[in-house]
This record gives sequence, C-alpha cells and structure tokens, in this order.
Amino acid sequence: MPERKIRVIVAKPGLDGHDRGARVLARCFRDAGFEVVYTGCHQTPEQIAAAAIQEDVDLVGLSCLSGAHRKLFPRVVELLREKGASDITVIGGGIIPEQDFSLLYDSGIKAIFTPGASLDSIVEWIKTNIKTH
Amino acid sequence: MDSTIKKICAGDVRLASRLIRDIEDKIPEAKAKIKKLYVHTGKSFIIGITGAPGAGKSTLTDALIAELRKKNKTIGVLAVDPTSPFTGGAILGDRIRMQRHAEDTGVFVRSLATRGALGGLSQAAGDAIHVMEAMGKDIIIVETVGIGQQEIDIINHAHSVVVVLVPGMGDEIQTMKAGLMEIADVFVVNKANRAGAKQLQMELTSMLNLSSKAADGWRPPIVMIGDAFEPATFAENTAELAQKIEAHHIYLQESGKLTERMHRKAMAEIKDALSACLLEPVLHSLIESGELTSFAEKIKSRKTDPYSVAEEITQRYFRKQDKK
Repeated sequence: MPERKIRVIVAKPGLDGHDRGARVLARCFRDAGFEVVYTGCHQTPEQIAAAAIQEDVDLVGLSCLSGAHRKLFPRVVELLREKGASDITVIGGGIIPEQDFSLLYDSGIKAIFTPGASLDSIVEWIKTNIKTH
Repeated sequence: MDSTIKKICAGDVRLASRLIRDIEDKIPEAKAKIKKLYVHTGKSFIIGITGAPGAGKSTLTDALIAELRKKNKTIGVLAVDPTSPFTGGAILGDRIRMQRHAEDTGVFVRSLATRGALGGLSQAAGDAIHVMEAMGKDIIIVETVGIGQQEIDIINHAHSVVVVLVPGMGDEIQTMKAGLMEIADVFVVNKANRAGAKQLQMELTSMLNLSSKAADGWRPPIVMIGDAFEPATFAENTAELAQKIEAHHIYLQESGKLTERMHRKAMAEIKDALSACLLEPVLHSLIESGELTSFAEKIKSRKTDPYSVAEEITQRYFRKQDKK
C-alpha cells in the first residue's frame, strides 16, 4: 500500500503582506515531499478554515508578522472545531512575543515557530506529530 | 445506501474531499465507494481549462466561477499543479486566485497534484470529477497543470475545452501544429492588451479557416481577454467567455455531439479502470516480491529483454484465469 501523502496549507491571515517567510516554508515543505496548498496573503480565518476543509489537509501553518496573531490564530482553530474538523492540526509562526505563547497554546495551536527556527526543525516537527488521516 | 455515499450526495465537503484523497492515495476502499457512487454521476457539465503555465488559467477560472454563480449554478473546481519528480512534493497555488469564493458554499475548490501523470491531469482526476458530480455540482471546471503541446488528457474528461493562449509564444507555425491546437472548443487570447495579441488572433483565424471542425457545425470562437487589472473590461470579456462556453454546451446537446463525447469519456474510463485493476496489482506484487528488481537486473545484463519478461508475467496471470 502506498504511503499517505502529507497535505498542508500555508496561510497568511489578516492584513499582512510580508509573505517571504510563508513562501520559503511552502517551498521547503514541497522539498520535504508534502503537498502544499498556498492561499496567498490577506486571508480571513473563515477563508483559511474553508480552504483547509475543501483541501482535506492534515495541517494548517499560519504565518503572521503584523501582531494580530492573538486574535487570528485562535479563530482558525475555533472555526475548524465548529466545522467538525478539529483533527486538523494548526501551527503558527512569525513575529510572536514569548508572552503570547501560552495564550496560543491554550487556544489549541500545537506549535509555534519564531525567527531563528530552522526549516529542518519545522519539517521534523510535522513528520513526528502529524498522523495522516 | 452507504451513509458516506449518502452524505457526499447531499454535498458533504469534508467527506467528499476525503474520498478524493483516498483515491489519490490509492486506498483500496476508495474504489468500492466510487462503484457505489457512480450511478449518481454523469449529470454535471464539465469544462476544461488548459494552456501554458502562467497563461491565466486560474484567474480565468476564478472569473468564470463569479460569472456562473450569478446564475446560481453550483460549482466544483479541480485545479491541478505539478508534483516534483524528485521529492514527490508539490506547491498547489491555483487556489490563490480563487480564494474570494472560499466561503461560498456553492463553490468547492480542490487542488490536485499530478503525482507523475503526464497528460496534464492526475490519475485521480477522473474519479475526483465523479465525486463532485455525485455532490450534485451543476458545473465542474477542471483546470489542468500548465501544459505545452501534447498533454491533452483533458479531452477525455471535459465536455467543453477552453485553450488559453497568450501572445508572444511563437510564430504562425505553432498554431498549425497537432495536439493542443486541435482540442479547443473555445480559444482564449489572454493578456490581449499585450503586443502581439492581434497577430495571434489573426493566426488562429487563418488556422481555423483551414480546419475541418467547422463542418461539424461548430467553429471554435476566439475570445480576446484584456488586462485582469482593468476590472470593467475584464468582467465584460470573461462574461463573453462564459457565453461562448454555454453556447458550445447547447451545440453539443442539440447536435448529438454530447453523446459522442460521453462515449469517448466512457472508453477512456474503461482503459483507466483496466489499468488500475490489471496492471497496478501486478506491478504491486512484483515490487513486493522483489521480482521487478531481479527482472530489471536480467534485462540490464542482457540475459533477457523487456518483451520476454512481459510475456512471462502475462502468461502467469492468464493461466491462473484459465484453470478456474
């Protein structure tokens, strides 16, 4: 039986056009053998959750550099839960102060990667923690 | 009826997308589900959008969705992007252009990676279309991977094929070549605000003048579509595209050509299913047993040849059948 392919979405919620990091990650996930749906900038949490479900992904990777992560990240988790898709893992990254970590973890974000995190460590985390559906 | 099938037929996006994934990942149960679902398929109108990378297929698909939603049609979109031959990974970026429809429950967009298929689609595309048909989508738009001249599997799946061209891709000889230029039911000259668009339109026109297709009662129209950043004219142009596609649909129905195309589709489906039922299990067992490697070794050292190996394998399987 062929192996399940890992599918992920890389998404940028909110008013933030700085997508270099998200693009680098999307490319890195491609090279790790994942199928990566990239949805572009300026997405609402509603758009991201809908896309995650339509694409049947295992993981949503959120990137935010604008400071709005406290509202936007938990909202994506909440929407997935509402739509019966709480099995989809949500992780986040970007400019996220350490004092916000606990709020995000409590809201259901499973991992947070900030500047300095190596690409390998992110891929490794996904391979270890994602059980494909 | 199986409860999963029932829910998919009622439009459950989660289960539909999961089934598409099971098909992509070749989970054996998926085949059984498609068998049950098949009776609910065949009612949707299927539009293929094909053309070179960056020609504007996704942007046009997005515009078509907007246009068709005005008429309250429900829509499924399958957007194919290439798989890396080295890592097996893929960037699926078509949906970026369509995200404004993400929250519209009448629109279901699913990205597919080619996973090694060379015809412009993925192996799962045919069954993914079936899933969307069973969901009751009025119209299914299949956007191929960016293609060149010969990757024309789309004709086995779509009722109407739109070929998207852009100016500056070569001289008149390119329009005379076989393959892609023959499969269009509707041509789009996209980015028609750019230099060379008129020239391309003329070349297409003279190519069509020589074509025998028009004798069937349908001459592929050429729709000129200008700058996507000029919303007013762009909307006008894409509305014209939607009209031409609809006109082709009506032509197919009235001329009886639709039945012909559905027949072609059924033939292709049998071939695909045969390959899935015959070839794939055989290859799978040869890989599992390690025999494939030892056959390859023997071929490499010229102890045998590929045809003898294929005959040996074939005989083994057909004999089994005879004894029963």
